[in-house]
Amino acid sequence: MSMMKCMQNTRARRDLITYALVIAAFAVVCLLQANRMIPRMIAGQLVPICSYVVMALSLNLVVGVAGDLSLGHAGFMSVGAYTGIVAAMSLTEVVPDDGLRLVIAVIVGAASAALAGFVIGIPVLRLSGDYLAIVTLAFGEIIKEIVTCLIVGVDERGLHVLFNLTGSLSAGDLNLSEGGVAIIKGAQGASGVEVISTFVAGFLLVMVALVVVLNLVRSRTGRAIMAVRDNRIAAESVGISTTKYRMIAFVVSAALAGAAGALFGNGFSQLSATKFDFNTSILILVFVVLGGLGNMRGSIVAAVALTILPEALRQFSDYRMLVYAVVLILVMIVSNNDTVKGAVGRLKARFVSHGKEVGTDA
Amino acid sequence: MTVFLQYLANGLTMGSVYAIIALGYTMVYGIAKMLNFAHGDVIMIGAYVSFVVTSYLGLPAIVSVLAAAAVCTALGILIEGLAYKPLRQAGPLAVLITAIGVSYFLQNAAQLIWGATPKNFTSIVSFQVPEALRAYNVSAVGIVTVAACLIIMAGLMWFTGKTKMGKAMRACSEDKAAAQLMGINVNRTISMTFAIGSALAAIAGVLLCSYSPVLQPTTGSMPGIKAFTAAVFGGIGSIPGAFVGGILLGIIEAMAQAYISTSLANSIVFGVLIVVLLVKPAGLFGKYVPEKV
Repeated sequence: MSMMKCMQNTRARRDLITYALVIAAFAVVCLLQANRMIPRMIAGQLVPICSYVVMALSLNLVVGVAGDLSLGHAGFMSVGAYTGIVAAMSLTEVVPDDGLRLVIAVIVGAASAALAGFVIGIPVLRLSGDYLAIVTLAFGEIIKEIVTCLIVGVDERGLHVLFNLTGSLSAGDLNLSEGGVAIIKGAQGASGVEVISTFVAGFLLVMVALVVVLNLVRSRTGRAIMAVRDNRIAAESVGISTTKYRMIAFVVSAALAGAAGALFGNGFSQLSATKFDFNTSILILVFVVLGGLGNMRGSIVAAVALTILPEALRQFSDYRMLVYAVVLILVMIVSNNDTVKGAVGRLKARFVSHGKEVGTDA
Repeated sequence: MTVFLQYLANGLTMGSVYAIIALGYTMVYGIAKMLNFAHGDVIMIGAYVSFVVTSYLGLPAIVSVLAAAAVCTALGILIEGLAYKPLRQAGPLAVLITAIGVSYFLQNAAQLIWGATPKNFTSIVSFQVPEALRAYNVSAVGIVTVAACLIIMAGLMWFTGKTKMGKAMRACSEDKAAAQLMGINVNRTISMTFAIGSALAAIAGVLLCSYSPVLQPTTGSMPGIKAFTAAVFGGIGSIPGAFVGGILLGIIEAMAQAYISTSLANSIVFGVLIVVLLVKPAGLFGKYVPEKV
């Protein structure tokens, strides 16, 4: 009993530290911003960093907590981004307040991505392992191509949507009335988007995502999801519906990715249709794996560090992506090779005399 | 009808390229059980080497193919030894991310060496195709590609079935620990597999760029992904599966481009993959291994 209590306390404490770290980071950035101490390159990255942090948290839910390797997560971000942009752009007049409109856009993005997640989850979750990975990759590419074919515009009569199957249509075919605007223009993507995402909104979304994910993981549902991950057959035999719990993780994760997408999409005036491709999915996966599977604090740190790293490597100019690749490989080898890990462990043991708790989930 | 056969010829050519890449992919996956995302970039390096040998050094085409194969073989062994071997005991995701790191590295190295502007690759084959065939869009590259694909598949079947090294590879892919107990040098076998897979990637790269002559640092990634899809389609780890999967993928892609939509061709290919995996979860030729308690 006391053992249980103790474990719960350490977990709660770890969660609190995670929240505190995020809030502290936000405060520090705000302070620096007020004193104009943030380089311009990084200041422009603040909203994307928040989106990537939410993406990393959401992918960690699928890959780390539910144990399903998804290679198409950018697809959900894409769904959220474009529906979020359409929602925000078509409500410019009805909801003049930027903040409120962003909230609506994020909710719309999350809802449509959740729906997409549910529809895609039905076939995907029948598979597992590498096959599941390749099918999620396939869905990511399919979503990307469908977005490339979409032409969406809005005028006072409502939304107009065209599906450009043959590649011969353009925004002119929407037959918009005079006051109408074309929002998504096929392969060109969205342009003329009003930038309404702010760093504060990004921070709030990160906090919401963190609350959702941490509470889900600590709940009865979360324990069921992890039981399915650790041993599907054992979980099934004690009456846990494997499909149901994997689906819950998948849909919640898709919804968060959609919210991140809406934040991201409304943070740029221009968004190309191929922005959310396989490389973006991989980028997010790198955050998750580097931060540690199931470790939410790690995901946040990795997402922030790896988004800033290429900017910080600018002094290497042409070589920066090369250096980035080498850093990535070295970090993976150092953190996963038994010989190296053993050596580091011995060093640690020499310096830290009293045994500290070693946990994989934070 | 003629139009249909023309599309079929295009599909067969592209399908054979996919099949050659998929053969290399499937061998590496079979033994290392890893999604080697750097495989597509080895293709690109092979094409660049061939480009350098023919365009800068002015040597004959056959030398360029041999040079590309030699460089990529060395590269494959090097990548395996430096990046993947230290992670032999680690989880599959760690290896996957490392492979992505290698992929970034190769792409950026290629960009530093050869620049980001696309190179115009001159085809390595230049014989005349008979008039009767040319009407059906059959090109010299197409004939060579299909022939190369068939020879490579037959060679691999013989190699894995009859030779000592090939049998060692199959043993390692079944059970590494047991293979080691039988006196097989597992590390050397894995290096050998990477060498063969990379040499095949080099050949595929040269043929791919002979068929569609734009060569840039990202040339290999999409064909790499599609070839992996082809390997899964046919049943990963199976050599005839990779061959059939590659050819089918090429034909489906060509037909989708011709009759449905150019911009949705990849979606249709991936859609077919999804349906196949739902009906046959281990691919067309893979054997389904039920999970035991």
